[in-house]
Amino acid sequence: MSDRPLTLGDQPSATADRPAIRRYVVATVEEIPPGGRKIVEAAGRSIGVFNINGEFFALRNRCPHQGGPLCEGLLWGLWEAPRPGEITYSRKGEILTCGWHGWEFDVRTGQSYCDPRKLRVRSYDVRVEPGATLAAEADPDAPAEGRVKGPYVAETYPVTAEGEYVVVDVPA
Amino acid sequence: MTETVEASRSSTPTRRALIDADVHVEVAKADVLFPYLPDHWIEHIRQSRFKGPTDNDSPYPPRSPVAARPGSKPEKGPAGSDVGLLRQQALDEPGVERAILNCSYAIDSLHHPDAAAALASAVNDWLIAEWLSKDDRLRASMVVPSQIPELAAREVERVGGHPGFVQVYLPVRAQHPWGTRLYRPMWEAINRHGLVAGIHFGGAPGNPPTPSGWPSYYFEEYAGMAQVFASQLTSLITEGVFDAWPTQRVTLIEAGWTWLPAHMWRFDKEWRNLRMLVPWVKRAPSAYIREHVRFTIQPLDAPPSRQQLMEVIEQLGSDELLLYASDYPHLHHADPIAFLDDLPPDLARKIASENARNWYKF
Amino acid sequence: MVATQLAPSERVYTRPAFIDCDFHNQWDSPKDLYPYLAKRWIDHIETFGMRNRAGGTYPRFLEDKAGTWPPSGRRAASEPQYVKDTFLDPERVAYAILTPLGGGGGIGNLDLSAAWASAVNDWQTAEWLDFDPRFRASIQLPFEDPPRAVAEIRRVARDKRYVQVQFSGRPHEPMGRRKYWPIYEACAEYGLHVMSHAFGSYGQPITGTGWPSFYIDDHVGPAQAMQANVISMVVEGVFEAFPTLKLVSAENGFAWLSSLCWRLDSTWHLLKQEVPHLKRLPSEYVHEHLYVCTQPMEEPHKPRHFLQMLEHFGPSVDRVVFATDYPHWDADDPDLAFPVQLPPELQQKIYFDNAAALYGLRGEG
Repeated sequence: MSDRPLTLGDQPSATADRPAIRRYVVATVEEIPPGGRKIVEAAGRSIGVFNINGEFFALRNRCPHQGGPLCEGLLWGLWEAPRPGEITYSRKGEILTCGWHGWEFDVRTGQSYCDPRKLRVRSYDVRVEPGATLAAEADPDAPAEGRVKGPYVAETYPVTAEGEYVVVDVPA
Repeated sequence: MTETVEASRSSTPTRRALIDADVHVEVAKADVLFPYLPDHWIEHIRQSRFKGPTDNDSPYPPRSPVAARPGSKPEKGPAGSDVGLLRQQALDEPGVERAILNCSYAIDSLHHPDAAAALASAVNDWLIAEWLSKDDRLRASMVVPSQIPELAAREVERVGGHPGFVQVYLPVRAQHPWGTRLYRPMWEAINRHGLVAGIHFGGAPGNPPTPSGWPSYYFEEYAGMAQVFASQLTSLITEGVFDAWPTQRVTLIEAGWTWLPAHMWRFDKEWRNLRMLVPWVKRAPSAYIREHVRFTIQPLDAPPSRQQLMEVIEQLGSDELLLYASDYPHLHHADPIAFLDDLPPDLARKIASENARNWYKF
Repeated sequence: MVATQLAPSERVYTRPAFIDCDFHNQWDSPKDLYPYLAKRWIDHIETFGMRNRAGGTYPRFLEDKAGTWPPSGRRAASEPQYVKDTFLDPERVAYAILTPLGGGGGIGNLDLSAAWASAVNDWQTAEWLDFDPRFRASIQLPFEDPPRAVAEIRRVARDKRYVQVQFSGRPHEPMGRRKYWPIYEACAEYGLHVMSHAFGSYGQPITGTGWPSFYIDDHVGPAQAMQANVISMVVEGVFEAFPTLKLVSAENGFAWLSSLCWRLDSTWHLLKQEVPHLKRLPSEYVHEHLYVCTQPMEEPHKPRHFLQMLEHFGPSVDRVVFATDYPHWDADDPDLAFPVQLPPELQQKIYFDNAAALYGLRGEG
């Protein structure tokens, strides 16, 4: 397989209840080192992809408060305190603050720190997939059981058989 | 002092149950406390120019309209200094089943720590002997030398267990916001004794009552006290008083309350922005307020229309926050009984007695 | 400042063009002001510093908002061209009222305070007002030195693009005190208003009961500090003496306005004997003379309480003026800040008409 633009098709099991999920290749693994991030467009949404210690997470780049560019914010550790003055610090780099008002979100889950039950930012499943797999899936001549082809409005991403890629699942 | 008590007069056939969360007693002069003071302080008061704390016509200028409602002044001494008259006017006539006495003798103005401690102890012993023992309907806030937290804690340990004391009186104007960690020993003791902290209008700490210094008029001090209360409320929560002592109750007395919704909105908003530096605050400030804080209804500061009033009450988000209080013998603009009469009956009943009965565990 | 950057022609506006009543033009460093300062003061500052009152450091939580920093690396809101290209034009700003912070009012050395205020004003004139006709400005004053402040007003006020004078949030005395009346007199003479902007004051705690510990106290507290100054201005009779003067509150929130009116009126019924110079109910002075900027926007627990709050304002609904607080970290976005969709007539008032009436500005918003 050689370099070519790649987009991936719809999941075959889209129903009325469940929106079709598209899988978007958004980066090579090298592009987002641990502690890094990349902001991408997919399915008309701006999404921030984060690497925390080798694990990838994806959040909507839109703060549930007033729509600010959440994923451009700063990353912090988590401040907790069972009682006044007894501050513990953990999970360095896993708490994202929105640059508009400082609301804290857990990158792993998208939950806000102030009202975790009610306030969260949309998060998306993220996987790392080898280029060989992705290239095979995209090959129009390859068998594609139940897979439906384009037209796609996805951000395209050049893929090689070597290397690993970050793939985000986004509802259509 | 006369002991006759006139038969109580009912003005209406059906009287609602009333618990009065703010009735004032006055120390007419320091001599009143002599039975409860050690000899060296008695001698000092007799022979020096020190005659007890002074607060320079604050917070109730003695001849101003707010100081004494008509007819409340006894033959001798200021309004609120005569047990018989207070029982008649504050308990019998309105049909009050329980009243909490507050004494705003300016202990907090005394910079000499031992004078403050001695006078605080004397006031508490005087309250026990000459008020609480005279009428079963009376309860009281004990006073403390709040400007020295360790000594305040010591006084709470000394008399905080007396069944007549349900609360510790803290003036809203203090040297530092009440939540500050400096006051930890005091809060420990208050909480250990299961006492409510009654934060009350007034105070004579020495610093000015506004963030921009000293205002010119009593009018400003009176109206502006609401902002001091708001600042204290902020401090209690940001400092985690309710996180450190989860059973602690606080009553804001004579604070007004119609400012509370706006304050909760702003405070909740800022907490969502700024939680990181106060990580012990684990819930929205408004949640703490609804659980841990109550407000007496005098002064009322009501909006001009009943509909707006009901809307502000709804904005509070709880019907348990308000406590009836007369602030006898002081006078304010509104009539809190008329306010109750104008409310839906269930709400009126809660404010008149049920909220206080639950809060003070009567 | 919006979630997605679209070219202005592609945006669908759900609100009118607006007047931004709290825009912070900032210098990249004090050296930006040197062209407007005598050498004697440059030497003084470099040797002795500014010497504001100390104490009360509550570090601001975050740096200025993303999207407001020019690519040159200079500070946010320090380059008028960048402001024009990224804010005034795409956001449909009809006018922006400049409210620089650090204009010197609290500096102890009163000569320096006056020199610095003049320098900031000259910088505003040369680099902002002359740059774009949409700017208006606030006169920086050595307000703790009223005779010098009056002299500065006289020097600058002929330029009608200056629309108000600016106080920081906690001057050394409550704002209604007689000390400051010469300033108000000069304002009345020149048709200028008085803005009180939150923060910017040191040496006094933000409460009437000592120093709180946390930045969150400092950020909730402006509502209390402003109300103390409103009470002072009303009760001292400033509006009785200067009936054309308006007081503009910036960055103090505004939901507190109604309960303050109710409390002031109750107090007046009880204590009016003390203040015979007041000829009207205190709330009437508030409704007529107090303007409130919307930033930081109020966020009631239930959105319908926001509209209820405005209903309780009564006539003061004509005194609510929109402000962004550009470029600060918690600035309000003009499209997204309101928790509810306002009815069109309220939108028009708050985004444009109220401020236009206040500052004598033309246009339709």
